[in-house]
Amino acid sequence: MALLEVQNITKRFGTDEVLRNVSFSLAEGETLAVIGSSGSGKTTLLRCLNFLERPDTGCISIRGEVIYDAAVSQSYNDSYIQQNRLHFGLVFQSFHLFPQYTALQNITLAPELLAQKRPDYGANKKRILHEIQQEGLHILDQVGLSAKCGFYPHQLSGGQQQRVAIARALALKPDILCFDEPTSALDPELTGEVLKIIRELAQKNTTMIIVTHEMRFAYQVADQVLFMDEGLVVEHGSPQAVFDNPSNERTKRFLERYFSDE
Amino acid sequence: MIFWGVTLNLLSGFETTLLIFGLTLLFALPLGLLVAFGAMSKFKPLRSIVKIFVWIIRGSPLMLQIIIVYYVPGFMFGAPITTRFVAVIIAFVINYACYFSEIYRGGIESIAHSQSEAGQVLGMTKGQIFFRVVLLQVIKRIIPPMSNEIITLVKDTALARVIMVVELIMEAERFSNSGMIWPLFYTMVFYLLFVGILTLLFGFIEKKLNYFRA
Repeated sequence: MALLEVQNITKRFGTDEVLRNVSFSLAEGETLAVIGSSGSGKTTLLRCLNFLERPDTGCISIRGEVIYDAAVSQSYNDSYIQQNRLHFGLVFQSFHLFPQYTALQNITLAPELLAQKRPDYGANKKRILHEIQQEGLHILDQVGLSAKCGFYPHQLSGGQQQRVAIARALALKPDILCFDEPTSALDPELTGEVLKIIRELAQKNTTMIIVTHEMRFAYQVADQVLFMDEGLVVEHGSPQAVFDNPSNERTKRFLERYFSDE
Repeated sequence: MIFWGVTLNLLSGFETTLLIFGLTLLFALPLGLLVAFGAMSKFKPLRSIVKIFVWIIRGSPLMLQIIIVYYVPGFMFGAPITTRFVAVIIAFVINYACYFSEIYRGGIESIAHSQSEAGQVLGMTKGQIFFRVVLLQVIKRIIPPMSNEIITLVKDTALARVIMVVELIMEAERFSNSGMIWPLFYTMVFYLLFVGILTLLFGFIEKKLNYFRA
């Protein structure tokens, strides 16, 4: 059974249809790269998955269980949305770290707040917070920044900030980690360190959806590639199929434009 | 020796000044936040009412408001406010809450929406996002306009005399009425010293919050 099943998602802003009948499924451990020019709906797709936008039609299921159905979306209250958001993690294009917290605190804040809901929180507060702290340090180490745990965001480079943002998303152990153009806000010399981390996550079989303009990276890392244009999924398949043998004219033109620059 | 006598008298007036100042801050700072939330409410009728109220309060003289708070309940409802001092505090709190609310609103709206979205995708509640993510960033941003408003409050306390609440200047006028003019000028020292202390305090807080950028 697929870990994630997205069926016929449509999203309108006023009369503007930003997503049209988008469907795909993702198995556990797979990486999906979403490519397409700006304005094609890639970011909106990720925002829908993370409930920052509510699709107008369609369903989202996790392990066969429907967590979002546009037909009954009125009935979802804040705490339902909050709960189901945790299936997904989102790494933003421009990091959005919390400036008043250190790298480590950025990572541990949400787990600490969530832990308050645990029934044994009162009794084991100290131990729980200690564990979250240790786990935070461990994740920071995974992204190669344990030496920077006490640094504030403004003291870190863009690449380091994005790595902290990835660690922050990982700390909640989401089923699916989403990246919204994770290197687009970075200077070219800093993209490598972020891509390296994402590559390592792929090797560890983290289920991921990556919206990216880094075609070479998508080709190497993804198990599936989705090419979007004007809100439609125009092409969907293995990286080889989409990049080497695109069947749709629009995909061909898009890829040509990209690779002629290199 | 006269100097010490005058100083002691002025100090008792200054005590009232400080009391008006302190109580106004104590109530107007939180009330202003409530008013700001009202002005930002998604519920349009509430938003409109709050905005009209803020317009009325900011659009009329505080001196007039003090007079209205003191006299109108008695005239209209036969329920007079018993002490002049309480009337002064009520008028000041309402007036300053409205000014503070606009500062809060500016501060809250200036914190990028993305900070709240970052909190949302991490499963935080609205309350957690406000108190754990947004608030400190808002405080950092609003300290300069807040300190301006709070320093204005120090001097606005002199308006309490309009309903005969004896604050610093009115205390000094008792001397000038009997021909001794210098105590009136001497009050300036009190204001300057107090505002000086406040300025240092705000500078200190600003420095304290310099550890991050927002």
